[in-house]
Amino acid sequence: MAALDELTDSYDQARADEAFTAELDDLLSTYAGRPTPLTDARRLTERIGGARILLKREDLAHTGSHKINNVLGQCLLTRRMGKTRVIAETGAGQHGVATATACALLGLECVVYMGEEDTRRQALNVARMRMLGARVVPVTSGSRTLKDAINEALRDWVATVEETHYCIGSVMGPHPFPMMVRDFQRVIGVEARAQMLERTGRLPDAVVACVGGGSNAMGIFHPFIPDTGVALIGCEAGGDGVATGRHAAAIAGGSAGVLHGMRTYLLQDDDGQTQVSHSISAGLDYPGIGPEHSLLHETGRATYRVVDDTAAMEALALVARTEGILVAIESAHAFAGAFEVARELGPDATVLVNCSGRGDKDVDTAARWFGLLDADAPTRA
Amino acid sequence: MHSRLDACFAAAREEGRSLLVGYLPAGFPTVDGGIAAMRAMVEAGVDVVEVGLPYSDPTMDGPVIQDAADAALRGGVTTRDVLRTVEAVAATGAPILVMTYWNPVDRYGPARFAADLAAAGGAGTITPDLPPEEAGPWLAAAAEHGLDSVFLVAPSSSDERIERVAGIASGFVYAASLMGVTGARAQVGAQAAGLVDRVRAATALPVAVGLGVSTAAQAAEVAGFADGVIVGSALVRVLLDAERRGLGEQAALEGIRALAADLAAGVRGGVPASA
Repeated sequence: MAALDELTDSYDQARADEAFTAELDDLLSTYAGRPTPLTDARRLTERIGGARILLKREDLAHTGSHKINNVLGQCLLTRRMGKTRVIAETGAGQHGVATATACALLGLECVVYMGEEDTRRQALNVARMRMLGARVVPVTSGSRTLKDAINEALRDWVATVEETHYCIGSVMGPHPFPMMVRDFQRVIGVEARAQMLERTGRLPDAVVACVGGGSNAMGIFHPFIPDTGVALIGCEAGGDGVATGRHAAAIAGGSAGVLHGMRTYLLQDDDGQTQVSHSISAGLDYPGIGPEHSLLHETGRATYRVVDDTAAMEALALVARTEGILVAIESAHAFAGAFEVARELGPDATVLVNCSGRGDKDVDTAARWFGLLDADAPTRA
Repeated sequence: MHSRLDACFAAAREEGRSLLVGYLPAGFPTVDGGIAAMRAMVEAGVDVVEVGLPYSDPTMDGPVIQDAADAALRGGVTTRDVLRTVEAVAATGAPILVMTYWNPVDRYGPARFAADLAAAGGAGTITPDLPPEEAGPWLAAAAEHGLDSVFLVAPSSSDERIERVAGIASGFVYAASLMGVTGARAQVGAQAAGLVDRVRAATALPVAVGLGVSTAAQAAEVAGFADGVIVGSALVRVLLDAERRGLGEQAALEGIRALAADLAAGVRGGVPASA
């Protein structure tokens, strides 16, 4: 608790300090490549035959996803707190790569905890983190995925808190993390809102994003919350389908509980034991969801849909062939949800999709799924 | 109101010694095997038993307790089994505390858990991840059933934090000897004695020190400045080793008795030759 109090105080001071926000803004524009563009997905719109689809291109941010926004903020804060070491958890590896990148830039020691299962399915990102000077620790406890990487990072943190900051990668964990990460990711929605007004002359009818912990969704949703005419739609990972029990949809298939220092919806059994989540997307393969999403769900300000593995992979292929964008499997969940929404709203509407990351890391998984490797038999026809 | 824990600390104080708290998880190696091990440690001199409720995400525990909890969960242990364990071990007369992460209690229903724990003969709970700020409903349920609620402080805790914890705790205050997870350490943190002093300045409640204590010599050292000495991983390791080496239940119980007897001598200021 002492560490969380210290972090809350430091963050409160930093965000009120113009020098801190100016340095972060400068890094976001001169290093991370912000603002990211808004792309009119014309061929995709035509193909779906519904609302006009526009894409917020977080895949074009440095390191290939929105994760850099949060990490630059937290690593600047680390330095401001006088700490020299940063630890992080990662699922798909995008947050780990972003953290390793910011640590290299700011001269901080970096250790990334990653479930052993994930180090296998995202091997490219493991190599990237090591190239950037980070130590990657494969986690062999529990289900060997993201939730266990978080457990291991928390165990590290309690023993090293004097010199270490735990750079959580999503809008989850104990206060102040969900608020702080949301604040650092708000830039997505602030930019997108202005870009939509400039490009289309009005606000979108719906904003769609994928949700694991939910940082890209919270980042793009938050500036639109007062715009009550804008539907906010999160897409949870349905894995093999919620009915099979093999999924990662905390809102659709979970219940309220406490995990990793937050009260939120989570996958649990009758005894309150966390259940193992399943998704083809390592980045969404988490049994909980950020607490503010649970709030938006309960107040009805945002709605949440489920996109299963098959629908996500079909969306991934369609976006690649119509727009020439190979998106991350995480983001493909948002696209699959957006296709439904676009058809429901019809051609007069506009739908803004958060294209949260690029898919280079997923080429191996996608190639196996679609049977594109000459040596492999396809896992799905 | 005087709880069973209060009486137990008072009796130890009469004898001029610290009290020994022993931890084992319910359901390891089996529910009945766990009960037998807990009974054995009470017979050998453990004063208070901490029954661990195995949890899927034990972020405060090191590898030894994680391994045992994982095995217990794979074996299908349930919250009901934990309560059955409490009932069976309470029959020895020793006060029994359930050490649990919060979500299983939240799921069971705090009021129902308090009622069932009291009915099983339990003396209270230790809840490492229940912040005092969120503890109100639990404290009310626990008080209604005469249960003690033990909370933790750490070397990083501010004096304000310690006062806040001491203000709601009953039974004793659990002082973590160092910053880190459970598990045996070569040395018990030098920070422990200072932390105990700070807790004493805030409350008249007894202070027990846990994390890292594994030998009679360490127990004796901690007994020199704390009202209670808490040992967990070292006892769990005896069961894990017996399991891994295929030694059978009797050998495991003998190991538990031997270590518990050493530790009991330790809190009495003596360090046996075997230590």
